[in-house]
Amino acid sequence: MAQTDPATPLKRTPLHALHVRLGARMVPFAGYDMPVQYPTGIIKEHEHTRAAAGLFDVSHMGQIALRPRSGRIEDAARALETLVPADIVGLPQGRQRYALFTNEGGGILDDLMVSNQGDHLFLVVNASRKEADEEHLRTHLAASCEVVPLCERALVALQGPQAVDVLASFAPELRAMRFMDARTIALMGERCLASRSGYTGEDGFEISLPAEKAEAFCGALLQNPAVKPIGLGARDSLRLEAGLCLYGADLDVITTPVEAALVWSIGGVRRAGGARAGGFPGGETILKQMAEGARRRRVGLKPEGRAPVRGGAIIYRAEHGGEPIGSVASGGFGVSVGAPVAMGYVKPALAQPGTTLFADVRGKRLPVRVAALPFVPARFKR
Amino acid sequence: MLKYTKDHEWLRLEGDLATIGITPYAQDKLGDLVFVELPSIGATFEQGAPAAVVESVKAASDVYAPVTGEVVAVNDKVATEPGLVNSDPIGDGWLFRIKIADKTEFDALLDEAGYKAILD
Repeated sequence: MAQTDPATPLKRTPLHALHVRLGARMVPFAGYDMPVQYPTGIIKEHEHTRAAAGLFDVSHMGQIALRPRSGRIEDAARALETLVPADIVGLPQGRQRYALFTNEGGGILDDLMVSNQGDHLFLVVNASRKEADEEHLRTHLAASCEVVPLCERALVALQGPQAVDVLASFAPELRAMRFMDARTIALMGERCLASRSGYTGEDGFEISLPAEKAEAFCGALLQNPAVKPIGLGARDSLRLEAGLCLYGADLDVITTPVEAALVWSIGGVRRAGGARAGGFPGGETILKQMAEGARRRRVGLKPEGRAPVRGGAIIYRAEHGGEPIGSVASGGFGVSVGAPVAMGYVKPALAQPGTTLFADVRGKRLPVRVAALPFVPARFKR
Repeated sequence: MLKYTKDHEWLRLEGDLATIGITPYAQDKLGDLVFVELPSIGATFEQGAPAAVVESVKAASDVYAPVTGEVVAVNDKVATEPGLVNSDPIGDGWLFRIKIADKTEFDALLDEAGYKAILD
């Protein structure tokens, strides 16, 4: 979520000047001055990403190298497993995995991507959480790992069905990568880290590159008519349609991975009966919830009318009367769906797709249907 | 001649009927609209009361009744095609029409020069 202290000047990514030149509307987001949209507007940006290739500046996100002091990658993996429920020891070199930092209560401190780069683990964390995450890593892992924030690197994402063709003209080896591969490639003469992943539900890549090369690289990408710059506005509508969580809206310190329907990110070996069961903060609570169920569950919600149902709206079982049974976590307009879409938390008994519930919007209870996620089919290159 | 409010509504007067919409500046700031909630015909509003809602992809914003009066017409076209408010905010993108209760309220609103002066 955007956290802005008016006393602190906004930080700028290495692509700030390019955004301004492209006519972006800049807004404060997680302490950065970021593009929310370009002159074409959010709807066209969203549609372009699903149809061709959208270029996103995500340099505000935290990039961290976790280097084992022993030089053995499995030591870094074992160390990180004390903070996340994902299977990191079993993550092969060149592969990336979604993970969660949990707290002692089983809540989520942040969600992140982790890849095995052979001699270190590469982590990408949320902008609003990066200082806290670095501190968390240092506090708990300093004995075995060096925590290296990669502040001098930019991060850009190219997302959409044409992303692979566009990027292959710069680095043909990208074609051979599968969803969640993450490897070093040469790009414009520089060593860059590319992963085949993203936050839109589309095929695409995220590329970590030296900050001073970012503008030239993005400028070269934008020469291709298939590529258009995409702001935070469309980034949010794309990820929501893809059923992907936004930390601070859909996930927070009092929400567990079980409640958030992110049990898939807990490695089999970390679950009850597994070879490395538990051993992460809040493990007892989380494994107990996996066995016995949680009090609430994240679901997709499709408002039946045209009115968007936004984060914070209270959900009821009936149109009139009764106690709240949940709330909307994030919601807006699904541009590709052509209708409003939302995600929220409801009691598990009411989490079945097709269940009709009611969300309070400006004092009126509007019908919303529990819907399977994602709202648009994922088009990852598996 | 149009009148304006500091909340970025415009009004066009014909007799005692004021047609109301949001200004080009407002639609540009809001970005692509995806939903418009119009008042009911016959509803009455005090000056400054929320009368309609326009929602962009990102957020919902109230549209206030710029004058006290009764709603006598609404533009159903923008309910089915909210983008009209973006493409033609002071034409086909009008929102609702109010029968003005007190003409002095209308006279006291901003003229074009006064409205331009408050922009940025």
